[in-house]
Amino acid sequence: MSLKKPAKNQPESFEFNSVSLEEANKIISNYPKGKQQSAVMSLLYIAQKQNNNWIPLAAMKYIGKFLDMPYIKVYEVATFYSMYNLAPVGKYFVQVCTTTPCMIRGANQLIEACKEKISQNESELSSDKNCSWMEVECLGACVNAPMMQINDDYYEDLDKNKTLKILDKILNGETPKPGSYRGRVNNEPENNRKTLMDLKNA
Amino acid sequence: MLKDQDRIFKNLYNDLGSDVISSQKRGDWVNTKEITDKGRDWIINEIKDSQLRGRGGAGFPTGLKWSFAPKEVGSRPHYLVVNGDESEPGTCKDRDILRFEPHKLIEGCLIASFAVQAHVCYIYIRGEYFVDGQKLQAAIDEAYEKKLIGKNAAGTGWDLDIYIHYGAGAYICGEETALLESIEGKKGQPRLKPPFPALIGLYGCPTIINNVETIAVVPTILRRGGKWFASLGREKNTGTKIFCISGNVNSPCNVEEEMNIPLKELIEVHAGGVIGGWDNLQAVIPGGSSMPLIPKEKCETLTMDFDSLSAEKSGLGTAGVVVINKDQDIIKCMARIARFYKHESCGQCTPCREGSGWMWRMLERMAKGEASRDEIDMLGDVTNQIAGHTICAFGEGSSWPVQGLLRHFSDEIKKRNKFDPFVKNNKDIPYLVDQHLLDKNA
Repeated sequence: MSLKKPAKNQPESFEFNSVSLEEANKIISNYPKGKQQSAVMSLLYIAQKQNNNWIPLAAMKYIGKFLDMPYIKVYEVATFYSMYNLAPVGKYFVQVCTTTPCMIRGANQLIEACKEKISQNESELSSDKNCSWMEVECLGACVNAPMMQINDDYYEDLDKNKTLKILDKILNGETPKPGSYRGRVNNEPENNRKTLMDLKNA
Repeated sequence: MLKDQDRIFKNLYNDLGSDVISSQKRGDWVNTKEITDKGRDWIINEIKDSQLRGRGGAGFPTGLKWSFAPKEVGSRPHYLVVNGDESEPGTCKDRDILRFEPHKLIEGCLIASFAVQAHVCYIYIRGEYFVDGQKLQAAIDEAYEKKLIGKNAAGTGWDLDIYIHYGAGAYICGEETALLESIEGKKGQPRLKPPFPALIGLYGCPTIINNVETIAVVPTILRRGGKWFASLGREKNTGTKIFCISGNVNSPCNVEEEMNIPLKELIEVHAGGVIGGWDNLQAVIPGGSSMPLIPKEKCETLTMDFDSLSAEKSGLGTAGVVVINKDQDIIKCMARIARFYKHESCGQCTPCREGSGWMWRMLERMAKGEASRDEIDMLGDVTNQIAGHTICAFGEGSSWPVQGLLRHFSDEIKKRNKFDPFVKNNKDIPYLVDQHLLDKNA
């Protein structure tokens, strides 16, 4: 359960554009008839994608009508799950994992880098309004710790310098290459592989 | 060490490609029809013979779970739900299956759906794994195109549709009934059991819920036989398992190994040893953050399976091994885990909602040495009042790591927290807040 407050400045209205509408209808068809409420999580994602990575209250009201469910139920879902942003975040949204497996491999250095490059406090927009960062709980890439997520992509095996370089890139509007930053392949033990060797050399 | 030919996930490191053609070369989708032709009773019996236990943490026998599904489909359809909401700190095995072995999972979905008579399967993936989910979606599209799923899937005569449902960053949705709530479009708060989902689950219909890894190993077990799977590991803890070794080791990795492998072998051979050498080891969390830690002395001889770990008052859980060496502050590590649980508690049951924050605040102060001696007992008390007093197992999950710390490192806490409350030494003073009234110089 996360503590989140909706933004103070809310747009008057919200409506799906044609691309979102098509996506939304496709998702609703995944669920049995009369169970369209199941699509609420995906529809909130679609709204978030359409509206610069955050969900205004108007969008929740719109989705409530769209799925024929009470507004409060949509609001409940949007405030319960931590991946819905209820206030504007940067175009590049940096999430740094600081849970124990990342912490013991130096996740605090990543936080320092974010503080240096983006903003002093978390969930605060950078000076060019393009970027924001926050600490999050386990992102599920523990053998690649420490790591962070920028929008949808994972950046793994980082340290302070590598993070600074990645942040420099996104502040210049480039998208850096996701994946491991120590040059290893996926989750294999670095320089120490003992299994499936014939496949590796095949 | 497990022989390479006995490994189920041959593409764990993506040497071979995850598309359908490469997967077929590895043996997926080869004779799916022959398997289903043997009938659902044969499938369930074979899984029972293999003694496969659920890979999601609780270790419930899979064959038994499948046999709970009603034998005849009544007025309500059956569902299969695959749990890919992997959020346990220390665990990242399902992610590799989703991105590198998606066809093992999809074929497993078909066979499991056939066995429990479901025509619709939902795969619940945590929202953060969006990119990996897209890879699975691509594999599902491929399978539809090749007629491996859909109407008359893979020629088996069984119709199956598979849909992905993305979560949105809630750890609690890994609990099976919270996951169902989430698919139904509600907040992920667990339901009371009974009724169990096998009878009343998704949309009130019979639903079987399995972990991604459990479903993905099913086709290989049925091809090679339950006896082969049961010959690996030891009685009741059979087969292979993907271990995720993270933390202070030289080369953290995911590796598929036999059950009952010695922990020391896992760390020394596969993960390149502890940073600073074996003597620098402080403790190991053997199965994801909710399992109590094991101090170094026991790590020498410990073997990794469900029963031998529960004999040590810990558990295999998801097999996410977090290695903590002596450079780390163990109390701080546990305080951070407590913060995780405080953040992720769904807020439904009071003991967990309030207690998880309470444990976190106490541990933070203990890490700084600001707690009093009494609080060590109080912390133990709090954990006991959470565990077993909540709707779901989150209560245990959040209090076990703290209990583990108290069990093995209470000397460390006592050493750091010497403070005794003032009232204790001065028994005349009734209330600490009124001390100033007793000041004789005033």
